[in-house]
Amino acid sequence: MKLRNLQVWLFGLLLLAAGHAGAVLEVTVTEGVTGAIPVAVTPFTWEGDGAPAEDVGRIVGANLARSGLFEVLGRERLADSPAGPDDFLSEQWAAIGAEYLVIGRLRPDGERVLIEFHVFDVLANQRLGGFRIPVPPEMLRRGAHRVSDIVYEQITGDRGAFSARIAYVGVTGRGDERRFTLEVADSDGANPRTLFRSAEPLMSPAWSPDGRYLVYVSFENRRSEVFRHNVETGARDRLASYPGINSAPAWSPDGRRLAMSLSRDGTPNIYIMDIDTGALTQVTRSNAIDTEPAWSADGETLYFTSDRAGSPQIYEMRLPGGTARRLTFEGSSAGAAQVSPDGKSLVYVRGGDGGLRIARLDLETRQGTLLTRGPLDKSPSFAPNGSMVLYSTTERGRGILGSVSRDGRVHQRLAARTGEVREPAWSPL
Amino acid sequence: MNAMLRWGLIFVLIGLLAACAQPTRDVSEAERQAAEVAAAEAEAEAEAAERARREAEARGLGVDRDLSVDPLDDPDSLLAERLVYFDFDRDAVRSEFIPMLEAHARYLSRNPDARLRLEGHTDERGTREYNLALGERRAQSVRRIMNLNGARDTQLEVISYGEEMPVAFTQTEEAWARNRRVELVYEVRR
Repeated sequence: MKLRNLQVWLFGLLLLAAGHAGAVLEVTVTEGVTGAIPVAVTPFTWEGDGAPAEDVGRIVGANLARSGLFEVLGRERLADSPAGPDDFLSEQWAAIGAEYLVIGRLRPDGERVLIEFHVFDVLANQRLGGFRIPVPPEMLRRGAHRVSDIVYEQITGDRGAFSARIAYVGVTGRGDERRFTLEVADSDGANPRTLFRSAEPLMSPAWSPDGRYLVYVSFENRRSEVFRHNVETGARDRLASYPGINSAPAWSPDGRRLAMSLSRDGTPNIYIMDIDTGALTQVTRSNAIDTEPAWSADGETLYFTSDRAGSPQIYEMRLPGGTARRLTFEGSSAGAAQVSPDGKSLVYVRGGDGGLRIARLDLETRQGTLLTRGPLDKSPSFAPNGSMVLYSTTERGRGILGSVSRDGRVHQRLAARTGEVREPAWSPL
Repeated sequence: MNAMLRWGLIFVLIGLLAACAQPTRDVSEAERQAAEVAAAEAEAEAEAAERARREAEARGLGVDRDLSVDPLDDPDSLLAERLVYFDFDRDAVRSEFIPMLEAHARYLSRNPDARLRLEGHTDERGTREYNLALGERRAQSVRRIMNLNGARDTQLEVISYGEEMPVAFTQTEEAWARNRRVELVYEVRR
């Protein structure tokens, strides 16, 4: 926990132009945690006419609660918000059990709204910081996510990831009526936007490290091919359409290469494509299934799924192509590895008696921990700050998204109002 | 069937009914009405048959012009079977499907212009990209058997949809078993 006292002025939020509205995801916290840090977030006061478009204080509170690190005190328990940072009385907040306090106000300022807020450490009787974020009025929600990021960092010392977006695949209808969509939404599922629609399956969305592109597998030509899609302009181009399957695209940390699984020579092997030149380098040479490559944080190792020893398991290989070493031994199968942002652990899908579950593997100690209960949990994706993992799961036979805190203690579900959602991919920050 | 033929058929029917009634020489009103109903029904049937024939012709299925029925359309033929099922996480073709695949291979061998798409599918128990690869391996197993029985490589296209196109949607062993399949889809028949 860092104790800082600073005044930061933030300008120019990078905001997405609103596009076609997709299916809204509804979030439910299914399992909370005891021992989380109690935080009070007062309603942000509005100094303009009428009512503000968004309840910023509530969005911030919901974000903090979702991270699993905080217990956000109910508004009915809160004392009146201090009129300004100088009116903060720590006893008042200590009395209701708050260890931290967030207060804020929204002030119209010409074409923009200024979100001004302060974070207090109640026990130390100290203000940690005061901030001002200008946003266009229609972007209040995005502003609230930035506020959440800053509060999270002020209290934990780690970067928040609430401003990041999530991409996922939506499915509606059955049989000939089935439609697939590629969606991008805020990290809390709000503001969904449909990037692409198809009558044929869409799979495996993955972000470029700069957050400008998504790559994914599309069957629009009745076979698997890899496409790149510019999230802002909607421009798309086909990157891989070799004979056989073209799948599992994963962007290198430097953004210049794409690891993929191609079966152009008969069996699926891992290849690396130089995105600018299109040149391919073959990385694995086995007669088994080699797929689902994931890059280490330094870009020098690939993790991938292979059934070369019988059942699918996760292997690691130093680049440009050394000996593959098996990493997973627990459970009957393992696959779909994703590397944590700090490069120190993997999340993956572990198969066993309980079905498919999300597990975490510490790359130093080689210790594995189960994070979810299954029975059909797949496609894990780390938040860009490593605090949470999103994954695909099912509820009464319907595909929904689940989120679990890094320690496996806080569980949530994100379900579309209609249809199914799956294969979440968290954007970089 | 043209209109004259149709009317001819109706007159014949009426004539037959009249002949049946003649021995009594006492055609009651009820019998006359029954004959009229029968005639109207015969006409409706003839019209329906004509409509069906025109529709079939429009779809290119005019069987009266083509005396040899395509064996692919024979419901009693092994060729009517187009689905191969697999065990969990396996790509080996079970022996019960070999005769059916041999029959399709022979058909392809006899019809060099025929083209068959082998679409591999899996159940949902497995990671998605691994399943995409597994579906391809299943379709390749089917292709090998067809190659060995005379189908040419140029006639066969292997495609995998992995777990993306299920036909059964419950999370039960029965549903999973139905989804672990290779579908034989004729793109060109002969």
